[in-house]
Amino acid sequence: MRTPPRTVLAAAVLLLAGTPPLPGLALDQYDAPETVVIDSLARLYQPVRFSHIRHTKLARCKDCHHHTTGQEDTDSNCFRCHAYSPEASIVSCKDCHTGKQFYPEQVAAAGNPNLYHIDKPGLKGAYHLNCIPCHVKKNAPSGCEGCHALTDAGRAFFRVDSKNRGSATP
Amino acid sequence: MPTLIDRRRFLRGGLLASAAATVSLAPAQTEAASFEGYPNAMGVLVDLSRCVGCRSCEAACNKEQQLPAPEKPFNDFSVFDELHHGQKRRTDETRYTVVNRYDIPGREHPLFRKIQCNHCQEPACLTSCFVNAYTKTPEGAVVYDPDVCVGCRTCMIACPFLIPTFRYSSAFKPRIMKCVFCYDTRLTKGLPPACVEACPQEALTFGRRSDLVTMGRQRIRENPSAYVDHIYGEHEAGGTAWMYLSPAPFDQAGFDTSVPKEPILNYVKDFLGIVPMVLTIWPALFAGFHLLAHRKEKMQQVNKNEGEV
Repeated sequence: MRTPPRTVLAAAVLLLAGTPPLPGLALDQYDAPETVVIDSLARLYQPVRFSHIRHTKLARCKDCHHHTTGQEDTDSNCFRCHAYSPEASIVSCKDCHTGKQFYPEQVAAAGNPNLYHIDKPGLKGAYHLNCIPCHVKKNAPSGCEGCHALTDAGRAFFRVDSKNRGSATP
Repeated sequence: MPTLIDRRRFLRGGLLASAAATVSLAPAQTEAASFEGYPNAMGVLVDLSRCVGCRSCEAACNKEQQLPAPEKPFNDFSVFDELHHGQKRRTDETRYTVVNRYDIPGREHPLFRKIQCNHCQEPACLTSCFVNAYTKTPEGAVVYDPDVCVGCRTCMIACPFLIPTFRYSSAFKPRIMKCVFCYDTRLTKGLPPACVEACPQEALTFGRRSDLVTMGRQRIRENPSAYVDHIYGEHEAGGTAWMYLSPAPFDQAGFDTSVPKEPILNYVKDFLGIVPMVLTIWPALFAGFHLLAHRKEKMQQVNKNEGEV
């Protein structure tokens, strides 16, 4: 049976709420859900069943979650401010990276002279910019349909029914 | 026969008058040259280091602009190998935007470049159009009005990026076909263009042009090894709304790096400034010279006639 994403998220939130982080103790992989169904953007493609537990064995928390899990950030651009940032109350991607991007609110925020993060990707950008380079490096699937199959709406969008079809591999 | 004015004086006078008129027109020209775009104009920053060549932008454009069905589906990547007369794919009446692949020697992965109208701050197409079919809107789009267009296609030649194309396929409704920044359907509502919204990699960043320049500089500053230290379009052709960042030299990714850093308009406006003067002042001026030159002759004729009577 597939666990609905909301249940998984709720479980994760309960789990996090139930164990207040001790000072100096970073979050680790066991604090996270095993599987996350990424479906908030799914329209042209099927939702992605993301095995979080599997990815915790292939990457460090900070490779995806930046400084929010309390792991020391070594990226020179993040280090300037987040060298000693403790684990944050918000760890989930979509709580920082918005589903809607480049709408008037975000466009206005980019002009704020007091804001450093003027160039924060939206949720779709954050996923792809983070996942694809690593998938390419580790020879994991990196074409579109390697991670998510097209829906009927997606097939119509990409005009899959067009004649003169050539190779479909990226 | 003595005349009031000889040919030499006549020409000298004409030239002096032309020069005077040119000088008197000069202030208006200086004003045009200092136009730096509408303050809140929007733009798009295209980051070539992010593009993976998925062609989602092409599909989104096709849908949004209700363009004809493509020859091949948008998830068919064999199009990157196509060459038409030895050239990579270009925009045409069926597609306002095209992504091409560039295999650059020494780079592990190819680069992909999306082309579309760059929506210049001072568009050459607009300048070249003698019926004013083009408008640069305060939102940043360069839009086209097919109702006034006479189909001369001068804009296609004027564009330094070779973007406007002609709908040759329609005998009764021919018109220029080009990207309009989704002006009617999205830009006027504060929404990003369809291609930007479709891009999974956020290789396309939509925002106020001035903010995008800041963002582009920040990306280069924070990751100097990942980019060439240049934003293509910040100054090219006098500045464009669509700008590019590239990890490889721009000429290797198919960009025309010989595009001048000032508006194309600057190359022709000295000449264009004289045209109305020649058409309006010269006829009256030379008619006056003619009348003056022949006045004495006429007077003599009149006197002679009177003497005979």
